[in-house]
Amino acid sequence: MNSQIVKLFGLVIVLYALLLGFTSYWSIFDANDLKANTANRRPLLEEQRIHRGDILASDGTVIARSVPQGEGENKIFVRRYPQGSLFGNPIGYNFVQRGRVGFELSHNDELVGNKTEFLSLLDKIQGHEQEGDTVTSALDPQAQQVATDALAGVRGSVVAIVPDTGEVRVMVSNPTYDPNLIPDHFQQLNTDQSAPLFNRATQAGYPPGSTMKVVTAAAALDSGDFSPDTTLSGASPQQCGGVSLSNAGGDQFGEIDMTTALTNSVNTYWCQVAEQIGPERLFQYMDRFGFNQKPKLDYPGFQLATSGVFDDGSLLDAGDAIDIGRVGIGQERLLVTPLQMAEVAASVANDGELMEPRLWSKVTDSDERIKRLDPERQANVMSDDTANTLTEMMTDVVNEGTGGAAALASDQVAGKTGTAELDPAAGINQAWFIGFAPADDPEIAVAVTVEHTTGQGGTVAAPIAQQVMESILNG
Amino acid sequence: MSARNRELLALIPVALLVTAGFAAVLIVESNQLGNLSVLYGVYFLALCLITHLVIRRRLPDADPFLFPLVALLAAFGMVMIYRIDDGLARDQANWFVLGLVLFAATIVFLRDYEVLERYRYVIATVGIGLLLLPRLPGIGAQTNDAYLSIQFGSLSFQPTELAKICIIVFLASYLREKREVLVVGARRIAGITFPPLKHLGPLLVVWGASMVMLVFIRDLGSSLMFFAAFLALLYVATARISFVIIGMTMFVVGAWFFANTVGHVQERFDIWLDPFDKADSAGYQIAQSMFAQADGGLTGRGLGEALLQLPAVSPACAADFPNCGAILPAPHTDFIYAVIVNELGLFGAAAVVMIYGMIAARGFKTAIIADDGFSKLLATGLTTVLALQAFVIIGGVTRVIPLTGVTLPFISYGGSSIIANFVILALLLMISDKARRRVREQNEAYEAEYA
Repeated sequence: MNSQIVKLFGLVIVLYALLLGFTSYWSIFDANDLKANTANRRPLLEEQRIHRGDILASDGTVIARSVPQGEGENKIFVRRYPQGSLFGNPIGYNFVQRGRVGFELSHNDELVGNKTEFLSLLDKIQGHEQEGDTVTSALDPQAQQVATDALAGVRGSVVAIVPDTGEVRVMVSNPTYDPNLIPDHFQQLNTDQSAPLFNRATQAGYPPGSTMKVVTAAAALDSGDFSPDTTLSGASPQQCGGVSLSNAGGDQFGEIDMTTALTNSVNTYWCQVAEQIGPERLFQYMDRFGFNQKPKLDYPGFQLATSGVFDDGSLLDAGDAIDIGRVGIGQERLLVTPLQMAEVAASVANDGELMEPRLWSKVTDSDERIKRLDPERQANVMSDDTANTLTEMMTDVVNEGTGGAAALASDQVAGKTGTAELDPAAGINQAWFIGFAPADDPEIAVAVTVEHTTGQGGTVAAPIAQQVMESILNG
Repeated sequence: MSARNRELLALIPVALLVTAGFAAVLIVESNQLGNLSVLYGVYFLALCLITHLVIRRRLPDADPFLFPLVALLAAFGMVMIYRIDDGLARDQANWFVLGLVLFAATIVFLRDYEVLERYRYVIATVGIGLLLLPRLPGIGAQTNDAYLSIQFGSLSFQPTELAKICIIVFLASYLREKREVLVVGARRIAGITFPPLKHLGPLLVVWGASMVMLVFIRDLGSSLMFFAAFLALLYVATARISFVIIGMTMFVVGAWFFANTVGHVQERFDIWLDPFDKADSAGYQIAQSMFAQADGGLTGRGLGEALLQLPAVSPACAADFPNCGAILPAPHTDFIYAVIVNELGLFGAAAVVMIYGMIAARGFKTAIIADDGFSKLLATGLTTVLALQAFVIIGGVTRVIPLTGVTLPFISYGGSSIIANFVILALLLMISDKARRRVREQNEAYEAEYA
């Protein structure tokens, strides 16, 4: 019997080797997949035990911080947002009950202090508890407040970007919400008709109206076939894409140059420009400006909408049947986000270079090591010369044209208004202003939009832009 | 060095493990644990020492490593259970007292384990009776759909744990007597050797009993364990691998049939194949077990560092941990191995599995040096059932096989398991003492002759 007993022992050893093989598989080889499994709530639960880092505004104002709750093994950290609703939409929230969105989600790794495997092991050996990094956002609380106040009572959005770094100084979506209310009032906020949880700045697709003429002008000028002096007829109405098109208020113009056409936002002129440069080139420039793709903002993908021409929710391209003349004046089925239009203004302001937009500017870890934003160029949209020419034309819009209400006493403003008619019979518009200042050395580019207003871009949106730029430049 | 002094020396690592483990848990969880709770560790070590003295007095020639290895497992269990809940650690230490009382009683009152052979049919009947107890109305209780325990007021007991000893004793005794006829009367049909029909009856009875367990008690784990132990003994007794193959085929066919007809068994199989399909309901346990292991990695989180409990559970629920609010259900019983991987990593888990391997080695060694058939088969059977039980539960937790609720011997929290396993240890030590005494006396006689 002894030899059978030895064989039986051999079998036991084989079975035990199998156990160790499987244990190593789950604990080492398959561990990363298991940790990423959606049914695995451990990472989320674990993260509640980590002192999540603060989120600060550009001046150090605390936007989000974590406070301990419970004791011992039950001790977790809970998020508090001392500024209430001021930063509700851009920053988002982080609660175990509702997960996380916005900046809280896109910067989660830094906020919980996730490091490389090696560094974590080092920390563990040294007995350091994992601690989140402090993330400083680019948001300017004072300008954010000014923009929020200016939008009080209306639905709309303001985005302000530093042209040469891409830093987002202001991102307001109104109505907004107080993230402190998320754990107890999520259902209510989520079903509210005014959609406070919806970040209009990055998620809403609005018709851009005449602000789109800046894109058309950039494409026209940069191609070399057009100059500010190119004259075309500004008569109204005219055929555009085979359909009659009128100027705003039916205004009549004769043979006018491009500067005059921009200053007075002459639809019939710009339709001809767009038709002459054609869909291929207009789409090429739209792509360079960042249309037809998700913005490269440090923000969760599901909270970023693409700007472009849509048919029933699907994105069209230059080859599709499109009334390109009307795309050139911001009509057709063109839908844009306020963030996209701020990027258009910022590209012109930054000598034709579009920088990737960024909500963060600095990360400070628990050892006070600092990592700063290294601005990245997204695209060379147009030449330096084109940008300067376009800037001059846009200063005319503010000095002599529809954008007068955006003018600052201290600095020259360049800009463009837009008024997309949503319901012409009732006089309901989507009002826009995009622009930047100071025109000769831009420090800030803005996009302002107001939904469902009886006012116009120049009367409703331009004054808001003026206040925001004033706050940033002279606040 | 005498066997007993070697045993005492081998208990030093146990003392170190308990001391270091309790100290580590106390440091990490100092805000929750009273300083006095460390005394449970001291209590446990005192029990080990007393047991050593019992063995020294009664079984001076017994294997010197079996008890220290078992104590090492028990120490692992004590530390992990202490880490999960200090109240459970106190209860566990109390169960050890009862287990060791039975251990000592077995050694003192049984004196000569060979008398068991004479009562084998009585013992077999008792064993089957124990298996059926959980189905008795009034005292039977159902856990996770399986009928595993009986309930006396607040005390619950799993009779399968004791039944496994009765059945092994019966099988060892029966096969010792019939092994020759099973081999001699065997016939070859179509190239496969079949045992003689007239002796096939009792074997079919064992197979039938396993199937009944599967359906009636709905316990795949125990059923698998018993039948595998039976096949192991059959193989050792007859040296016919074909008997094992026939038996395995019968079991697989039976299990497959019931897996497709009995919902409970079927679900276990489905979860085994894909736990993530129902990760929130039926597959929750096994999915969480894998997540816990993934969280442990190579070195583990460290004692007291793993996440066992849902944060912010209601205070009432927190007081009732681990029965309520545990991320990984049953962390102190069925899933204690996953907690070990979580906190001590692959290294800690490998240590545990290797200790089981070493216990198996000592148990089989005892069977080899024993000189009569009953002792050999009994030692083999007891060792196999212990080794297989560890395999069945660790295999279930690591998805080598479908998960079934058996305890991890000497480590899991639970009275019936501790008591039954200490009786197994007592029997093994008694067989070992007899065998090694004979070897020692032979050597002494040999030396005396040639001195």
